[in-house]
Amino acid sequence: MTMTRRGALKVLGAAAGAAAVTTAEARTPKPSGPDDLGLLFDATRCVGCRACSIACRDANGLAPDVAMIGGAPYDAPADLNGSTLSVIRQWSTESETGYLKAQCMHCADPACSSVCMMGALHKGKRGVVQYDVDRCVGCRNCQIACPFNVPKFQWASASPKIIKCELCRHRWDQGKGPACAEVCPRGAVVSGSRPELLAEAKRRLAAKPAAYQGGIYGETQGGGTACLYLSPVGFAPFGLPALGNEPAPALVETVQHAIYQGAFAPMVLFGTFAIVAWKNRHAVTAAEENDS
Amino acid sequence: MSSAPPRPVHGKLLTPGVTFLLLLWGLGTIAGLYRFIMGLGAATSMNDGYPWGIWIAIDVVVGTGLASGGYVLAFLVFILNKGKYHPLVRPALLTSLLGYGVAGVAVAFDLGRYWTMWRIPVSPQYWSSTSVLLEVALCMMAYTVVIFLELSPAWLEGLAAGMVPGRARFAARWLPRAEKALPFLIAFGLLLPTMHQSSLGGLMMMAGLKLHPLWHSGFLPLYFLFTAFAMGFGVLYFESIFSSAAFMRPLENRLLATLGRYVAGAILAFLALRFVVLGLEGKLGLVYSAGRMAFFFWAEIVIFLASAVIFLRQGQLGRPHQQLQAALLAMLGGALYRVDVFLIAYDPGNGWVYFPSVSEILVTLGLIATETVIYVLVVRKFPILAGVSTPPGRDVPAGLTEGTAS
Repeated sequence: MTMTRRGALKVLGAAAGAAAVTTAEARTPKPSGPDDLGLLFDATRCVGCRACSIACRDANGLAPDVAMIGGAPYDAPADLNGSTLSVIRQWSTESETGYLKAQCMHCADPACSSVCMMGALHKGKRGVVQYDVDRCVGCRNCQIACPFNVPKFQWASASPKIIKCELCRHRWDQGKGPACAEVCPRGAVVSGSRPELLAEAKRRLAAKPAAYQGGIYGETQGGGTACLYLSPVGFAPFGLPALGNEPAPALVETVQHAIYQGAFAPMVLFGTFAIVAWKNRHAVTAAEENDS
Repeated sequence: MSSAPPRPVHGKLLTPGVTFLLLLWGLGTIAGLYRFIMGLGAATSMNDGYPWGIWIAIDVVVGTGLASGGYVLAFLVFILNKGKYHPLVRPALLTSLLGYGVAGVAVAFDLGRYWTMWRIPVSPQYWSSTSVLLEVALCMMAYTVVIFLELSPAWLEGLAAGMVPGRARFAARWLPRAEKALPFLIAFGLLLPTMHQSSLGGLMMMAGLKLHPLWHSGFLPLYFLFTAFAMGFGVLYFESIFSSAAFMRPLENRLLATLGRYVAGAILAFLALRFVVLGLEGKLGLVYSAGRMAFFFWAEIVIFLASAVIFLRQGQLGRPHQQLQAALLAMLGGALYRVDVFLIAYDPGNGWVYFPSVSEILVTLGLIATETVIYVLVVRKFPILAGVSTPPGRDVPAGLTEGTAS
């Protein structure tokens, strides 16, 4: 007696039902910690002196990214790149122009570490998104995932690494924080714990409400970031994406969890396939014999 | 009709077609060496905005989609119990094995730190349970092994019929065991592609706002499963007709004719679901207003729709030219959908652009050429294709211009 198609479909249906009964649990966003280290950048104070960029290079031992401008060499990276962890960029609107510091945002719930196959990018102490080259295979999925296009790949290297800001965690032992904040002459970039930075940002907003627009970027965007931004013109001119409050990993991991139910759904599916294929194994030869 | 047991096709190996493919292989090898000597930055057009180029989008994502023939056929034959399609199983599994093999090689070209690739399967202590890419990687590796084992009766039969006594003894011992294990291998061979073909879509969910809203959806995994079905069936038809023409074998067109309604059904369900989901997500207006992206969206829809219609129409007479049209359209539609998701509808902003470099194109062509040459070689030497084969010793030029024996 061979299994009919209807019989097979019944088994498949039952398996699908069993998998659906265990309810899909939504993966909730991961909150930031009270001790998470971050930066506050205030575009109303930045004059574009680039002291932070130079200090970052020194502190992290990165060679200057030299370009010839008007016949003279300048350390002038246009963007974050394989040897640049922090950069000052210009922004402009119809009436105003100013500067913007870009570096890793250190998300509370980072997409880069969610996609990373072997945890080369992962949340470390004080919420820092850090990189461990020994676990990196160079797949560059982090670059696809990051909503801020932060992780950079050393394209020209024979042994390429992913490069991104780690908030100078190698200096913490010496009692020092991020080098960029240390050298800023105008308090445009300050470092501290995220709750402290949020309080400072709110203090500045309250003191001069007319000077700012758009609130605090990073307070809720993308599930919250440890690096926060204040702007006189809102955040679209900065090129910061208009992210919702839900971090991307919450959606992706919810969908994946709904499909897989841990390993339960694949196991049920495998068992079903195995039983049906085993029952049908003679049908194949029978059909062939009938044909000939 | 074509229910005789599978047999080697035999015939001359170095035909003009194969020579041309070997030339492509040579060019691809040179381009590949260039990548390993000069690095990814010099050899490819990939950049920090477009970190994945055609080696991922075409060689892996489209390539394994086209390699889903073994998957869909195993489902049809062993789960839906359509034993009459069994003669198509071995050639389908062979193309699947080659397709996944090519994907594996392409990944080795693409990975920045390729020499650490071996660590992925052997480092469970580092595995990240949240990584969709890890699931894709492990699943694809496992599946490649499974297809190889699913095909083991073919190469064991080949060894058993050979002249070397040691090999023949080995084959005689393992052939019954392989056949006994087949249902479980098939179950794995169905589970693994279900997982990783859907997860290929899951990969691009994380791109968030960087993926155009017409493509970004929580349904991406399901869409990728549908396109795997469409492309897998397309390849099945294409391969059957191609093999008939190239090796002067009788056409399996009658056998294929009745299959058409399943393929059309899968394609139409996919199209309907996409519109329903776009409606639910409130994005239906974009199909008119999204400009260049709307063009690519409609191109996918029209190609798939045409494919479904022809798949239904060929069912009455089983005309090979209609089958070929329908198959090519299904393959094209699936390929376009997947390239759209991975490259065309992906925009990192900030003025980044990507167009594949000469090296990237040559490596891709070289891999496809290698795959085709190995296919020709294997069907000539091993019992893959069912039915009548031309008598050994007769030269058979591989070319579609040769008359078909239908």
